[in-house]
Order: sequence, then C-alpha cells, then structure tokens
Amino acid sequence: MEAVKFENVKFAYREDEEDFAVNGVTLSIGEGEFVAVLGRNGSGKSTLAKMINALLVPTEGRAEVFGLDTADSKNTFEIRKSAGMVFQNPDNQTVASIVEDDVAFGPENIGVPREEIGRRIDFALNAVGMQAFRDATPSRLSGGQKQRIAIAGVLAVMPKIMILDESTAMLDPKGRREVMDVIKKLNKERGMTVILITHFMDEALEADRAIVMHRGEVVMDGTPEEIFSRSDELETYNLTLPRAAYISKKLAEGGMPVKGAFNAEELAEEICASLQKI
Amino acid sequence: MLNDVTFGQYYPAKSFVHSMDPRAKIVLMIAFIVAIFLAKNFFGLAAVILFLIVAVAFSRVPFGRVLRSVKMILFLIIFTAVLNLFFYSGSSSYKPLVDWWIITITYESIINTIFLAFRLFLLVMGTSVLTLTTTPVALTDGIESLLTPLKWIKFPVHELALIMSIALRFIPTLMDETNRIVAAQKARGADFETGGLIKRAKAVVPILIPLLVSAFRRAEDLGDAMDARCYSGAKGRTKYKKLTFTWRDLIGLLFVAALITGIVFLNIYLGGKFEILGYFL
Amino acid sequence: MRIVAKDLTYTYNPKSPFASQALKGVNIEIDEGEFFGIIGHTGSGKSTFVQHLNALIKLTGGSLTVGDYDLSDKKCKFLELRSKVGMVFQYPEYQLFAETVEKDVMFGLKNFHKGMKEEEMAAAVKEAIETVDLDYEDIRDRSPFELSGGQKRRVAIAGVIVTKPEILILDEPAAGLDPLGKKEIMDLLHHIHGGWCKTVVIVSHDMDEIAENCTRAAVFSEGRVVMEDTPAEIFKRSDELLALGLDIPVTAKCARLLKEKGIVIDTDFTCDDFIAKTLALYGGAGGAPKAEGGGNAQ
Repeated sequence: MEAVKFENVKFAYREDEEDFAVNGVTLSIGEGEFVAVLGRNGSGKSTLAKMINALLVPTEGRAEVFGLDTADSKNTFEIRKSAGMVFQNPDNQTVASIVEDDVAFGPENIGVPREEIGRRIDFALNAVGMQAFRDATPSRLSGGQKQRIAIAGVLAVMPKIMILDESTAMLDPKGRREVMDVIKKLNKERGMTVILITHFMDEALEADRAIVMHRGEVVMDGTPEEIFSRSDELETYNLTLPRAAYISKKLAEGGMPVKGAFNAEELAEEICASLQKI
Repeated sequence: MLNDVTFGQYYPAKSFVHSMDPRAKIVLMIAFIVAIFLAKNFFGLAAVILFLIVAVAFSRVPFGRVLRSVKMILFLIIFTAVLNLFFYSGSSSYKPLVDWWIITITYESIINTIFLAFRLFLLVMGTSVLTLTTTPVALTDGIESLLTPLKWIKFPVHELALIMSIALRFIPTLMDETNRIVAAQKARGADFETGGLIKRAKAVVPILIPLLVSAFRRAEDLGDAMDARCYSGAKGRTKYKKLTFTWRDLIGLLFVAALITGIVFLNIYLGGKFEILGYFL
Repeated sequence: MRIVAKDLTYTYNPKSPFASQALKGVNIEIDEGEFFGIIGHTGSGKSTFVQHLNALIKLTGGSLTVGDYDLSDKKCKFLELRSKVGMVFQYPEYQLFAETVEKDVMFGLKNFHKGMKEEEMAAAVKEAIETVDLDYEDIRDRSPFELSGGQKRRVAIAGVIVTKPEILILDEPAAGLDPLGKKEIMDLLHHIHGGWCKTVVIVSHDMDEIAENCTRAAVFSEGRVVMEDTPAEIFKRSDELLALGLDIPVTAKCARLLKEKGIVIDTDFTCDDFIAKTLALYGGAGGAPKAEGGGNAQ
C-alpha cells in the first residue's frame, strides 16, 4: 500500500477564493521512500505537507494516508499517529521545559502506558543522539539540538511517515548536518518514509526522489539527479542548481568533457578524469 | 542563554528537600504560612524560625541564596514596618513613647512592627525554599495533582496545568525575543532610557507590537505542532511523570504538624505578644 | 569610517556563576569601502562583536574606534554613532511594528533627526523604499504585516538604511530565504554598497556567500579572530577551517580534492573564477580549445 496518495487535490485558504495554494496535485509516495519537495516560497509546499497529516483537509480531491481518507475526521487521530511532522522554527515546537517531558507529550496524548513511555523516550532520544540531554532544558540547546528533540518528540509516537517542513531552514550548517544525518539514518535503518521540504538544493541530493512545486502544482518529479540535469527547466521555476552542478554545467559548456556532478567529490573526479583524458 | 539566570529561581542540588514530592512541599508551605500567622508570641515565632533554619539546612541551598530572595522585597518590608510603627492604631495600655503631630509610637506598636516584619520576612523565606528546591515543572505537576478533586466540578485542571507549563516553557524564549527586539529598535535610534512617563510609554510600542505578533505566530506554530503530535485534550491521555509520596514527605508533614501543635500550645500557655510586655515593664 | 578594534573583551553576566566570556581579545580592522564578511560558529563571539560596533553592547575591555568615534570615551555621542552605523539583525522582519510601511521606515529618521521636515522625511523614505527595490506608491500605505516574507525583509532593511548610515552591518541577511530570494538580497547589498553605504559588513554561515561577495573576511573562533584576510587567502587555509569545524565553499572543497591528486587550480574560490581557471588549465594542457563566453565548443 502507498504511504501517501493524493488524487487531484486542491486547497484554498479562504472558501470564496479561487486562488488555490495547492492546485490539482496527484501524487503517490511509497512506504520507505525519501522524498524531497522543492519550490519557491509560496509554491504550496507547506500546504501540501500539512495535508499529509490532516492539519489541513483538501478543498477538492482526495488525500489518503495508508488508505485512510484525511477528510474523514474519524481518521484524523490514526493519520496523525502514522504521519508525524516537524516544523521550521525550533523554538516553537516544544511544550515542556524539560526534554524528556517534551518527548513524552506525544505518547501521553495517544494514551501509551507509563512504563512504555519511558522506553519510547529512551528509543527516541537514542535515535536522534540526544540521550545525554534527557534532563536538559530545551531553551538552552542549540538550534540543531532543538530540532533533534522535536524529531524525537515525533518519533516517540512511532509514526511511519516523518514530514519535515523546512526544518533545517533556521539552522546553522552544523545544525543542518545533524538533522540531515538523523533523518537519513531513520530512512535507511528503520525504513521510515521521509518527506523533506527544503530550500537547500544539496539536501535534496540526499533524497531518493525530488518533487518540484510551482504555483500549487507538481511540475517536476524524479530522482534528484534527473531533476538537476534539467537545469533550464529548473530555472523557469526560479530554482537554482546546487553549486557543484552549476560548475560542472559551465565546464561542459566551456568544452570540458565533464558529466554532471552534484557535489564537490564528483566534481573533482570529473575534472581529474577530463584532464587525464588529454 | 543569559535569561535563564533570572528565570525562576530553582537552585539545582540533591537534597532531602529537593527530592520531596512537590505536593508535600506545597502543603508544607501552606502549613508553614499558617504557622507564621498562628504564632502569637516570640517563642512561637522562634519555633517557626527554627523550623525554617532546619528546612534550609536540609535543602542544601546556601543560606545567603535564600536571604537574597528577601532582598528584592526588603523595601516593601521596611515600608510596611515603618507605616505600622508610626500609625499603629491599636489600643495601648502604656504611655506612648513618642507622640508628635500625627505620629504615635507605643510599646505595642514597636512589638507589633517587629512581629509584622518577621512574618513578612518568614513568609518570603518559606516560599523561596519551595521555589529554590522545586523546578517550575514539578511545581505545576504538584498543583495539577492537588487540584484534581476540582475535576468533579468540571474545573479544567489539565488544561490549566498545560497552560502553566507552556507559559513557563516560553518565558525564556520570549525574554530572548524581547532583548533582540529592544536591540533592533535601539539600533534604529529608539530611546528607552530618557523622557517622561508618556514618552516612555510610547517608546514601548515598537517593542510590544513585534513581541505580540511574534507571540501569536509562535502560538499558532505550537498549536500545529501539538495537533501533529496527536493532542486532543485530557481525554484518553496518560501521564509519564507520576508523583510519588515517600517517607521524606511523611517526615516533612509530621514536622510541620508538630510545629503547628507546638505553636498552639505556646499560645495557650504564654499568651499573646503583648502580655510579654508585662514581664519587662 | 574605519573600524579598529584592539584587544576587545566582553563577558556576559560577569561575577556570577553564569559568567561566560564571549570575547577574549578581538583585534580587527575594517577599512572604509569594504564588503566585509564575518564567519564563525554560533557562540564564537561574532554577534557580540558586531553589537559593539554601534554601542548596543557597551565597551568593557579593550578599545574600539569607528571613524572618529572612540567608544571607550564615556562622552562619545552614541545616538549619532548609531545613525552612522546601521544594524540589520537576523530575521529583521520580526521587528516591524507600525501600521504602514511608510511609518515603519520613517521610525529611524524620526529618532535620529528630530528637527527634520515632514517633506524631507517622506522623500528620504521614498528613496530608501525604492532602493530596496519595492514599489513606493503601491506599498507605502500597506500594513507591513500583510507583505510576503521577502518584502518584509526589504522593508526592514529600508528602515535601517533610511538614515544613510556609512556602515551597514547585517547578521545573516539571507537566512531562511529560498535560493532566488538569497541571490536577490545579495544583489541588493551590492547595490547599497555601491551608493548608500560605504562599508557593508555581513555575518554569514554560508561560505559560498562569503567567497562570492566579500572583499575581506574574518574568522571568529572561541572569542578571538583567528584569520583576517581576503576570502581567497582564507579559503586556501581550508584545512584549518575544517579543523575549526567550519564549512568551506564547494570550490574550495573541490580544489582541495584536486590538490590531493596533484592538480593545482590557482583560484580565488568564486564560482566564475574557478570555472575560468579550470578551463584555462584544461586548455593549457592541450584540451579542447576554450570557447569565448562559456558557449559550447563544438
């Protein structure tokens, strides 16, 4: 069964408006996939994300999560249990002044017995590498650490899907790295379905699949490599190439026999190879 | 980061008092306040002071730290004491010591003032022993638990406790935010230090509005984040932290019970504070 | 105005158990006309340093002069200094407060130039709003809270540059924006640097941004300046930067890997220069002829 299935989904923030934030998206995401969603601010990415765990419900069309219709309010609780979401601002997601109490919040809400909550806190903090901070105060942690606590808080509910809505946008490079490492591990080792909404092109490269949104529609869908090799098309959606890809493209245009490179390592390989070919 | 210093006044340590159940500590503090006002003579007051010293000793909080909490309201204590000293209106069976203009000082007013100052002083000290040894979170849990009976009359105990804990959680965040906004407006030439009352009140607007906007934005975000983590009210909810009543709490409560009983006996056998005057005059 | 800091020290919460020394002797010189970058981890002291420059943090140790203003002098005219040294904080859109964009932008003017005529102020506001590339007539009476994120940030920047500061300092000006938004903001800063403000100082985590835009940069680490040079020289010392746990630009990463393979590209680490030098190397080694303007060589 697909983890997420959208059929011609539309969403407008105001009822009387024809201005759809999400405008006819048909999409399916398989279990265990790692999908990056790209697009400019206001392209409908966040709206799309919020429809996956029933924070928003389609104005038109049908959205299903593990076969459950998100529009049916009887399903809301089950859907939120299986699709967890981490948001952008690391300061606005914690409810408690102590890390373990915050991680316990989700399991408490779904009525997990007390002893089991303790085990889940252990598991979740372990998974994000924050077990040493169990008794810490979230407000004293770094941005990256706060976001890892937010991820742990979602993990403790034991969802199958993890949605990250620009969760790295407000972090410094170190914090971004920490968060990316955690979600990659969750995807690879635990088969977690990850939906990562981001502005950072290099983060998209770490996904199995990338989706580009533009004016509420899905306009590109493929592996990140495919997406970034269609650079002209990308430009029309006001997106830029990862820097390494841009350089390799320019080098190829300058006559060097380099193939598309997506990071510094590949770029160095390509340059080296073409110099040796002479 | 720096705001945690001023936020709450929890003093981290491992001690007898720290590891007591917050509920027991709250009850203890209420009983302590009752004792303060029950004490009618100096011996009763001395018993209360002794109790406090023992409590502080068992809390392993430096005595100076506890005293510091009084410093903030020292002015208030002095002010009330002075008013009381000069304008005490109770009847006096002795000749006034000073009787000038509207000011009258009698033996009674002196004793009454000493009592008042001590009571206020002890009240603040007692409360700070509680807040110094109990984290805000534990305090909230304790209050929630103690208020549980009110659920019978449909009082939203869980919601109230959640609101309190979220408020506590956001104090440092909003303090940071305030500092940032103040700095940003100062950089745009805003002046918060000079001028009269009206000018200063006006100067607050460029801080208050962004702070409000940000608080609403945060509230909205938090609402989403709580929804996403399956929050749906108190129904069907479990609790991870369970408060446990231990022998320590029993000892604490027995002690405070002994204190109150002792004070009542002292009151009966030695009489009120003014009767002591008779021994001296 | 030239910025000279000598042995600058600063401690938060001094004489308390929470005391933390943020600056441990910072020495730095920023010349008039520079586009200066400040690099460092969160907590390296860079924000503390920057806030000294317009006396938002009072000098407690060492010396600091900004132009003719000696900040160690108690009689220094701090308000005047602040009008000359503009400061744009991280996410500046969160400091907007007035009912209209025009009033918000005017806030700084009213504070700094109390005697200024209403028309003069309106003219200055118009100029500032147009400088940040917004439509004055369209936007002046709108509430700043109904604008898009990128527009809000521009309004906030206009609110700082409206007093024509000689030095403009920005903390992470592009944070949280999408790639195009980032580029637009950097272009805007170059535009401002060209006319409005003689010196621009940016604090940034994005090494590519530093490599592409700055004339010189300083690397902060644990309350000290460990490097102060042109980006080209700084990124030549990639190993040291990595050892400090800092990032390096993609071009530097690539050059470093190539060097291990015995290929040396002598670049200043901007994208364009890296491409040109690599192509030159390829052409020089007898590869396909380099086509003019980067077009396809057939």
